[in-house]
Amino acid sequence: MKLPRSAVIVGGNRTPFVKAGGAYAQASNLDLLTAALDGLAARFGLAGRRLDEVAGGAVLKHSADFNLTREAVLGSALDPTTPAVDLQQACGTGLETVLYVANKIALGQADSGIGAGVDSASDAPITVTDGLRRALLAANRAKTLPQRLEALARIRPHHLLPIAPQVVEPRTGLSMGEHQAATTASWGITRAAQDELALTSHQNLAAAWDAGFFDDLVTAYHGVTRDGLLRADTSAEKLAALKPVFGGAEGTMTAGNSTALTDGAAAVLLAEQSWAKANGLPALARIVDAQVAAIDHTSGDDLLLAPAHAVARLLERQGMQLGDFAFYEIHEAFAGTVLATLAAWESAQFCSDRLGLAKPLGSIERAKLNVHGSSLAAGHPFAATGGRIVASLAKTLHTEGSGARGLVSICAAGGQGVVAILEAV
Amino acid sequence: MSVLEQLLYSAPGQLVAEKLGLPEPEVLRRGRKLPAGAVVTAALAGSTLATDTLALLGVPIDSALRDDGAEPPAYPERIGALVIDARGLRQLVELEGLRAVLRPAMKGLEASGRVVVLADAEVEGLEANAVRQGLDGINRTVGKELRHGATSNLIYCSPSITGAELASTMSFLLEGRSAFVDGQSWTVGSPLTPPGELATRPLLDRIVVVTGSARGIGARIAGVAARDGAKVVCVDVPAAGEALAAVANRLGGTALQLDITAAEAGERIAAHVASRYGEQARIHGLVHNAGITRDKLLANTDAARWGQVIEVNLAAQLRINPVLLDGRPGGLGDDARIVSIASTSGIAGNRGQANYAASKAGVVGLVRAFAAEVAERGITVNAVAPGFIETDMTAKIPFVQREVFRRTNSLGQGGDPIDVAETIGYFLDPASAGVSGQVIRVCGQNLVGA
Repeated sequence: MKLPRSAVIVGGNRTPFVKAGGAYAQASNLDLLTAALDGLAARFGLAGRRLDEVAGGAVLKHSADFNLTREAVLGSALDPTTPAVDLQQACGTGLETVLYVANKIALGQADSGIGAGVDSASDAPITVTDGLRRALLAANRAKTLPQRLEALARIRPHHLLPIAPQVVEPRTGLSMGEHQAATTASWGITRAAQDELALTSHQNLAAAWDAGFFDDLVTAYHGVTRDGLLRADTSAEKLAALKPVFGGAEGTMTAGNSTALTDGAAAVLLAEQSWAKANGLPALARIVDAQVAAIDHTSGDDLLLAPAHAVARLLERQGMQLGDFAFYEIHEAFAGTVLATLAAWESAQFCSDRLGLAKPLGSIERAKLNVHGSSLAAGHPFAATGGRIVASLAKTLHTEGSGARGLVSICAAGGQGVVAILEAV
Repeated sequence: MSVLEQLLYSAPGQLVAEKLGLPEPEVLRRGRKLPAGAVVTAALAGSTLATDTLALLGVPIDSALRDDGAEPPAYPERIGALVIDARGLRQLVELEGLRAVLRPAMKGLEASGRVVVLADAEVEGLEANAVRQGLDGINRTVGKELRHGATSNLIYCSPSITGAELASTMSFLLEGRSAFVDGQSWTVGSPLTPPGELATRPLLDRIVVVTGSARGIGARIAGVAARDGAKVVCVDVPAAGEALAAVANRLGGTALQLDITAAEAGERIAAHVASRYGEQARIHGLVHNAGITRDKLLANTDAARWGQVIEVNLAAQLRINPVLLDGRPGGLGDDARIVSIASTSGIAGNRGQANYAASKAGVVGLVRAFAAEVAERGITVNAVAPGFIETDMTAKIPFVQREVFRRTNSLGQGGDPIDVAETIGYFLDPASAGVSGQVIRVCGQNLVGA
């Protein structure tokens, strides 16, 4: 469906991403998101201006942050009458916030907005046990002192142990890494191939930093001026020396080819194309279309391969081929995820049995994949990854020239995936 | 502030300091504020330039008292400023006129009062040239003798100058904006294009680019430009991005993270301006403020330290200027203002700063040559040369040394970053079309390099 209005990406801003517990250990989600919004406001002269809406979100979120994005807007340079909404779709959050704003713009419900995401694994909420929680709630409801004491007397020592959040699928009890390890093994992805992808990610990201690519995409934060996880000097030998962390002793997945827990925030400024022009703002790329899909990992599907399904549906709707893109951004949750996704698209059996296609979607040119590095090198603050990818890809496409298309693919917990097509203005 | 320094500026400390000949520094009149007392004038050779200019500014004037009789006369109330129009003076005996009007004023000026002397920029003949230079000696001495934050400055005026062409300079000198400019002289000419009207927000809706504006003096320059109505483009290196964003957001401007030594720096400034303010937008003011120090005695200075300073402080602007002057969208417009930062270290030389002095003296050379080159486009090129200014950078100087720097000027204190910014604001003013190729020291008449 061709909509009368075009939502374009004006630009983006993010904090440098750093390893959890590092330089941002004392920064909250609110601090990080506010910083990302302020950097964006400064880049585009938005201080004191009201936008139609800011959509944001975080995956690891305190209950007190029920209005995280609105609070970040109030603390930022934006006009305080800018409304905001919190969204959450695990690692798809960042891309979903962009799509939410883009869709409102396309439908005429908004002219301008920001899609944003943040995560601080350093500031993750620690919850109390169910037993303690129930006892405290009962004590709170009690009307008399004896009733209150009785409620509190139900607390047992084991109730006092704190529960930290885990990256575990509730219905399988398996960590995301263990799920991916099974996928990696079943698709026959080698250790060498995974390490090679990780090495390329570091090399690409380092080259982008050195070339000044991030000068208008990142604003320094807390004295950090570059992505902290980036290892510009890593090598195939160093990556090969790492011990497996998922998949047992014979596993192929290491800390080098899996993403680390990361802190960071990212924001993307979107606008209706003519509104952007009238307001002296650039237009890098428009959002062409998007698709979300889910698989059933509880019945044995590969947890992180939902984007393979989403891309098939998106291409069919748009009448496009997998090879029609100048650049591909496939989120590197694990090197194995990217490689299994590529293998799935190349597999006649998968494309036929699972996607219902007469022939495989085919291969992509690896030189067009994650050309400025991706999550293995930059890190992966869950909800911030979408914004990082969209802003970088929009800039890359714009440099390539009008009409250049890019494909974004992001896998998410719960067996979900969000994908989108951008096209340079 | 160190413990020693806190002690010195405490109440008992001040008592001791005063006994030691370190009086408490005067709080200077600053901002767009005229003197409280009357502005008195004396035209020594019939020139009406001073009165014409003051009339344009709407400043009421009285006649200056003259020491002609047996007893020197005294002003019944403190005066705010004495403006001496010394144009037309050609003979040494005529210098007596300055003595006659200065004598009553020296004790009659209010705190942060002003002496302004107007003189001819171009004279012929030996005696006339001696007189012309003699005025400079008088001006510098008056600056040193005045107390309580009062200043004296001398303006050499081109032969055909009008009140409108001098108005922005007179306004700057009388107002608090020139608080830390003392004992200086510079030339105001007749520009090819008429000067803009005087206004309280002279930069309204004009674009001003300030490099190195994440903090310190650069942030204040951007602040003054914004106060005067400008849309500011704040430029600094990506590593300073967080502070830069805060400045840009506070001033309602835009932030451009850019290393000015990058090969395509000029192109990127123009692209940013065109993208944010439209293809038709042009830069009105370009302030080359970004600068670094890499201090070492020459005996310890390697090629890297040497090169970095010259690259950032001087070479970068030499590359950026021609790019922005080639007529591209987002480049410099006609009647634009280019301002650079020199330094008293450049003018006087400074131990341990050979590289910095080279770059800052180089700025002086660049400004003078460049001004002539772009004059026909109505573009002005000027520089300020700050003396001791209270910044994060000078706060790192050891206390005793710092106190010496502070005290060795006629105002007995360090300057505020705002003083540098206000002087740049004067250069940026569309009404300052006649001010080009000038280097104004903002140093409180520092002894260094005087």
